Amino acid sequence: MTPPILEMRGISKAFPGVRALDDVSFRLLPGEVHALMGENGAGKSTLIKVLTGVYTADAGDVLLAGNPVVIGGPHQAQEAGISTVYQEVNLCPNLSVAENIFIGRGKVRWKQARARAAELLTRFDLDIDPALPLGAYSIAIQQLVAIVRAVDISAKVLVLDEPTSSLDRDEVARLFAVMRRLREDGVAILFVSHFLEQVFDISDRVTVLRNGRLVGEYETGALTRATLIGHMTGRVLEALEELHAPGEHAPDSAQPVLRAEGIGRKGGIAPFDLTIHSGEVVGFAGLLGSGRTEAARLLFGADGSDSGQLSIDGKPVTLKSPGAAIEHGVAFCPENRKTEGLVEDLTVGENIMLALQAARGWVRQVTDSDDLVRRWITALRITPSDPDAIAGNLSGGNQQKVLLARWLITQPKLLILDEPTRGIDVGAKAEIQKLVVSLADEGKAVLFISAELEEVLRISHKVEVLRDRQMIAELANEGLTPERILATIAGGGTGTVAAEGAAQ
Amino acid sequence: MTALTFMGKRGMTAFTFVSRRGYLPVLVTLGLLVAVFVVGSILYYPDFGTGQVVVNLFIDNGFLLVTAVGMTFVILSGGIDLSVGAVVALGAMLCAWLTGMGWPAWLAIVTAIAAGALLGFIQGYVIHEFEIQPFIATLAGMFLARGLCFVISIEQIPIKDPFFDWVQTPIAVPGDMFIKPTVILVLVIVAIAYWMLHYTRFGRNVYAVGGSAQSALLMGLPLGRTRILTYVVSGVCSAIAGVLFGVYTLSGSGLHAVGMELDAIAAVVIGGTLLTGGYGYVLGTLLGVMLLGTIKTLLNFQGTLSSWWTRIAIGVLLFVFIVLQRALGTRRRSAGV
Ligand SMILES: Nc1ncnc2c1ncn2[C@@H]1O[C@H](COP(=O)(O)OP(=O)(O)OP(=O)(O)O)[C@@H](O)[C@H]1O
Ligand SMILES: [Mg+2]
Repeated sequence: MTPPILEMRGISKAFPGVRALDDVSFRLLPGEVHALMGENGAGKSTLIKVLTGVYTADAGDVLLAGNPVVIGGPHQAQEAGISTVYQEVNLCPNLSVAENIFIGRGKVRWKQARARAAELLTRFDLDIDPALPLGAYSIAIQQLVAIVRAVDISAKVLVLDEPTSSLDRDEVARLFAVMRRLREDGVAILFVSHFLEQVFDISDRVTVLRNGRLVGEYETGALTRATLIGHMTGRVLEALEELHAPGEHAPDSAQPVLRAEGIGRKGGIAPFDLTIHSGEVVGFAGLLGSGRTEAARLLFGADGSDSGQLSIDGKPVTLKSPGAAIEHGVAFCPENRKTEGLVEDLTVGENIMLALQAARGWVRQVTDSDDLVRRWITALRITPSDPDAIAGNLSGGNQQKVLLARWLITQPKLLILDEPTRGIDVGAKAEIQKLVVSLADEGKAVLFISAELEEVLRISHKVEVLRDRQMIAELANEGLTPERILATIAGGGTGTVAAEGAAQ
Repeated sequence: MTALTFMGKRGMTAFTFVSRRGYLPVLVTLGLLVAVFVVGSILYYPDFGTGQVVVNLFIDNGFLLVTAVGMTFVILSGGIDLSVGAVVALGAMLCAWLTGMGWPAWLAIVTAIAAGALLGFIQGYVIHEFEIQPFIATLAGMFLARGLCFVISIEQIPIKDPFFDWVQTPIAVPGDMFIKPTVILVLVIVAIAYWMLHYTRFGRNVYAVGGSAQSALLMGLPLGRTRILTYVVSGVCSAIAGVLFGVYTLSGSGLHAVGMELDAIAAVVIGGTLLTGGYGYVLGTLLGVMLLGTIKTLLNFQGTLSSWWTRIAIGVLLFVFIVLQRALGTRRRSAGV
């Protein structure tokens, strides 16, 4: 066997109150894609941050090509040939795309930087202007830019912490093509993802962590989905897979909770019609930048629409602000938790109570808040389960769960979830899907946005297909397959009308 | 690929200018400046709308401009420096005291600048290393510098060294105007600051740190060094401003430049720099100082209004600009693709 390019031995790292890593060892071979797996909070990101010197380990050694090294920070890691995309998109929104790709990488000829950036971006089929500030683009594009940057550093070791969490199929395919090419060139790639299919698709070997401890290192070929989940969770979870299908409780078609007629916004999304009934789960499917989020923002009043009419419970309304939407019983859980939701300095409990408190006003204190918070922490299996933990210190997936709890707790009539399972582990993902279905059973309406078509299909009653900032079709979810949705997106799908999906 | 062809032809200035995007507030400031000037020229024809009035803006506000330039670095990187007014006073005081003791002027000036740099370094170091809020750390720095002034002398000390007279001898220039050597110095400082922010790695890092300190760190940028350096730049700029203040008033006193940090912050914000960091230009700061100076001059010409009206004008302008930035900021965010 080739000697490992990177080896971590007996790494331990504790934060106040948490043992994030406990005697973890890890080996990375040149020319392999190595998946690091584990539930939310298992310690994956912490291991990566110890490796790149963001955190100093309490114990343990790092060896690069057999030599012990001390890496003092991300800059030294880069110099040592380790290039990293951290879990949250870590670029500067105020700098241009080109600057974000090249800054901090030694001498740069800025005159040529833009042309070079454009060239790199086309490799990922990204047709964006490298001169514009990064913040002008969606979180998915930002994630791709971060990947472009890391790949272009052309290191010996490439670390990707959940790079695919907000990408759709096409982008993932393109990323994997690039990863395969790098692997052939002998680059060692460390890859974290909660999408099991992706792990089985791309990785050669898997290392599993659980609660900060090493469970084991496996050849991917020797694993099945079930055994991998077993290693990650320490439980046998068949129950996880089965979920009662949508439509068991048919939505109450007499009762539209929300009806949108011809609402749209220039530069955001073309005018569209949409009806969501009580007890109904509506899925939004579409590629990156197809206008999914834009449409949802209109329904929540986060952006104003410049045409059409919205009614809630049969009464025409104008939603001038999210506040107005909340008053009408609409809740919106945004996709970009770092910038649009979580208050990192507040505790988990406070974060969860925020929306409810805002809805009730500051005078009427929520008296039973402790109980409520604990109930949701348990329901979503947020770890650590301490309501007084500081939200910013939680692992990425657990932060997402906190945000979700915040909106679920308000018991809205219509809940809009934009990529709610992004970065969430398999177990919790199933919990969230179950939760959505049970919310619908209780008569709530849910709008579910996800790049993962299987997930959309698993829980939605009907699927709205979006392309190029237009809603191009509404398909009833009866025998609907991801392929059919993709075909609709790919073309010729216009003019497809409701309920036609069943005809297949 | 229009973007591509467009890219190849522009040089670096265009690159950074366009890429920072926040230039609308700067244009608004420029528009206001022109408007105020035109109004002044019409009301007080022919005395107001002359080149000499413009030159005088630099003479009378040179120290504020230099201070605000240093402040721009700090604010761009996401910090704030409340010590600048006190450092200006300290700079003037050191010049007065040391020359009074017989030191040569150049050595006194170098010492004053070194003191400013040292104080800036200490503040930056404390802010970075111990994660102290810039507001608190520089507030302490402010008391420290003011205190030092009074340790040197409770009284005002006159500056008698001929060098301080010499640097403000009027020099006749074509067009029936005069300038002073200090004006040239101020312009050179603005030019150096512009160069540092837009043409050096340090400048780019300042913007990056202001955009997101966490990201800058994870991208491998020298977060600590960049942060500390912005405070050193600010300290040096305020010390130079202190020397200029000494030149202007020919004295050093612990009561000089009280509250000037607030004028500097106001000028930076009115110049279009976002208080939260990451967006802005040093040229905006230049315009901001000019605008404040022009309003002051206008009130002087008017003669009957009390000088407190300048304060009211600054207040109104600040409000307008903060609201404007807010509006632009929300638009920028919701313009996401
Ligand atoms: N800066 C910090 N301060 C305190 N605790 C922390 C900090 N960073 C991480 N933790 C804790 O360490 C544990 C491991 O977190 P880590 O981010 O490594 O998980 P992860 O495996 O990456 O999870 P996810 O899949 O959700 O990203 C968690 O319990 C988390 O709350
Ligand atoms: Mg993580």
